[in-house]
Amino acid sequence: MDLNYLKMSPLGKFLFNFKNFFKRLPSSFAAFFKAIPKKLYKLWLAFAGIFVNIGNAAKDGDWKTRTSFAVMGFGLICRKQYLRGILYLVFEILFILYMVFFGWKYLVKMGSLGEGKQVEVWDEVEGVYKPVFFDNSLLILLYSLLTIFIMVAFVYMWYQNVKGNLLSQQFVEARMHLPTAKDDIHSCADENYHKTLLSVPMLGLVVFTILPIFFMIFVAFTNFDQYHYPPGQLFSWVGLEHFETVLGGGISGGSKIFAYTFAEVLLWTIVWAFFATFTNYILGMVVAILINKKGVKFKKLWRTVLVITIAVPQFVSLMFMSQLLAEQGLINNLLLKWGWIDEAIPFLTDGTLAKTMIIIVNVWIGIPYSMLICTGILMNIPEDLYESARIDGAGPVRAYIKITLPYMLHVTTPYLITQFIGNLNNFNVIFLLTGAIPAPMELYYANHTDLLITWLYKITLRAKEYGLASVIGIFTFVVVAVLSLIFYNRSKSVKNEEEFM
Amino acid sequence: MKRYRSKKVSERISLTLIYTVLIIISLIWLIPFLMLIILSFRGETAGMSADYLFPKEWSFNSYVRLFTETKFLTWYGNTMLVSIVVTVFQTIIVLMTSYALSRLRFKMRKPLMNLMLILGMFPGFLSMTAVYFVLREIGLTQNLLGLILVYSASSAMQYYICKGFFDTIPKSLDEAARIDGASRHTVFLKIILPLAKPIIIYTILTAFIAPWGEYMFSSFIMQNNPDKYTVAVGMQSWLNNATLMSDGYFSIFCAAAVIVSIPITALFIWLQRYYVEGITGGSVKG
Repeated sequence: MDLNYLKMSPLGKFLFNFKNFFKRLPSSFAAFFKAIPKKLYKLWLAFAGIFVNIGNAAKDGDWKTRTSFAVMGFGLICRKQYLRGILYLVFEILFILYMVFFGWKYLVKMGSLGEGKQVEVWDEVEGVYKPVFFDNSLLILLYSLLTIFIMVAFVYMWYQNVKGNLLSQQFVEARMHLPTAKDDIHSCADENYHKTLLSVPMLGLVVFTILPIFFMIFVAFTNFDQYHYPPGQLFSWVGLEHFETVLGGGISGGSKIFAYTFAEVLLWTIVWAFFATFTNYILGMVVAILINKKGVKFKKLWRTVLVITIAVPQFVSLMFMSQLLAEQGLINNLLLKWGWIDEAIPFLTDGTLAKTMIIIVNVWIGIPYSMLICTGILMNIPEDLYESARIDGAGPVRAYIKITLPYMLHVTTPYLITQFIGNLNNFNVIFLLTGAIPAPMELYYANHTDLLITWLYKITLRAKEYGLASVIGIFTFVVVAVLSLIFYNRSKSVKNEEEFM
Repeated sequence: MKRYRSKKVSERISLTLIYTVLIIISLIWLIPFLMLIILSFRGETAGMSADYLFPKEWSFNSYVRLFTETKFLTWYGNTMLVSIVVTVFQTIIVLMTSYALSRLRFKMRKPLMNLMLILGMFPGFLSMTAVYFVLREIGLTQNLLGLILVYSASSAMQYYICKGFFDTIPKSLDEAARIDGASRHTVFLKIILPLAKPIIIYTILTAFIAPWGEYMFSSFIMQNNPDKYTVAVGMQSWLNNATLMSDGYFSIFCAAAVIVSIPITALFIWLQRYYVEGITGGSVKG
């Protein structure tokens, strides 16, 4: 940094950085797009590498290796690597059985999501109409996705098999020692230990997070809602209809209420995350500084008072607060009785007031956490920094702005980012405080205080518009991703420019 | 000399100010919880329009009604069961993932961490809808097993803090053991785990507390089956019911809140040191 920068006032520095950030934005976008061809070329190289490997295996392989193109693991079994060979073979057999008896049926119907509806058929024996299920769009979509996942896994395994067979052939030709079954098992606790450790966690992640996310992304393009609810009815592809609705097309071409609600909820989500993060952070730091100040006695007592409030489950405090602040809640009743007010204050029902109250309650809940974190770090700031500041004639406020704040910001940026992202998706605080309040007319299944995540919950559970809900979910992801990217880039640049001390 | 004295005076003033602020803060933070406790001892049945804090008659009535009239004990049992099982699974999964990502080097390490970062940006509730339909197909909705599966399955994503801790354990320890012929598995069990006690306790504590306050998933999965509610869902269901609320359920709610808070508060205060170490150590590495 040049001298001019150092001469600027703090405000000037901030403005300078701020301007720079936006100035750099186009060039960083350009750099991003410039990098794309390079990335694509790299991808192409990797892709081509796969085919080169397969081609090599076909060219150089002996008959055992070539047979294993069709019968997986054949060459390995011939070369006495029984464990690996048999595992490959079993995997192939299971895959074929799965595809023939299960996967295929669903995969062919993916284009239409099923045609035969459920019908009622007279059951002679029991004498009642019984539903007969033909197609179930939900299962078709779900299982065809699962089948695609399994097919991808199969292709990967097949490729590994081809590579492995060629490798073992080359090992034999070079008269090298082939790893035996015993070696393989040992490697699971050593060279391949990461596979042992990560297989179960990753399986859980794939089945319960990745597959469902893919499923919901596909659902965003269907008309899955309470009127198209399997097994009774079918749902079908509707293309980009829901995206148009959210971005201003209006529900079935009618009112713009949905787009309007989306805009308001989105705006409030961002405002909320910003305020919730920084009010907690700054006030928490202030409390920590007060307690840490030299000369203050009973430090442990003050801290314990605040820590006790963390220990009480958050949902308890939130529900209790929602009751106290309700229109007929204790606080209003008390104020009315004392004659301080003439009519109940709509703490949680009036839009703006509710937003303010939520942020205040959130401060009440959040300060102890940030206080705890700040306390630890504050004690790490070298005392002589303050000493020299005092000698230079800096008052406590100046010392705070010049020493404490930059240091804290520098060290706690990762914490701030996770807090910010967490607040974007902070379900409990919003829903437990204002979730029960009925939606006003001008909004679609949302209060003025709803975040994207709570709105998503309401659209799913109350409106049962699954397609629309998925679109909202996708947009939520986009918002969170973009904001955290900006935040993250920014913090990196701050760090590089002003490396502290 | 004069200057010195004035400094002392100003210091005393600032200290007084600080004490006042601290006392006010402590009151603000403690009063709601005192109110909660006081309200739980309300003996008479007061509806929503009660305009007083201190009960006209102090009694354990609400606690008696809590355990005789309501399903609270079932909910408590449900939550406890789910919490304990999830704690076991989650702790194991988090430790395994963190060790692999912190200590082992393999080709997919960076991509895997990026993948989990991106997955974390999806709202959890989005995938929840799909999971709900899957659980419905295999008959696990309105079933505690379903809830346990949901809570434990994605716990790998919470590796971050624990990995941060593992990163701080010196690598030379591993290397020494590896030279002596220990496998990576042995290093994990015999060297890293014994040193990781604070972070293990932190993981256990957070994993155990989480299901008590989780509302979004459990209310979605258990929808209309009060026998399978967790405490959070059950207690919220009272608050949404105006008939119950006018029948003095507010004080029953307070009693329930006290009962729920006691074990968690005790656990928390007991293990507070590890909790503080965990959040400050793992989440603020510059």
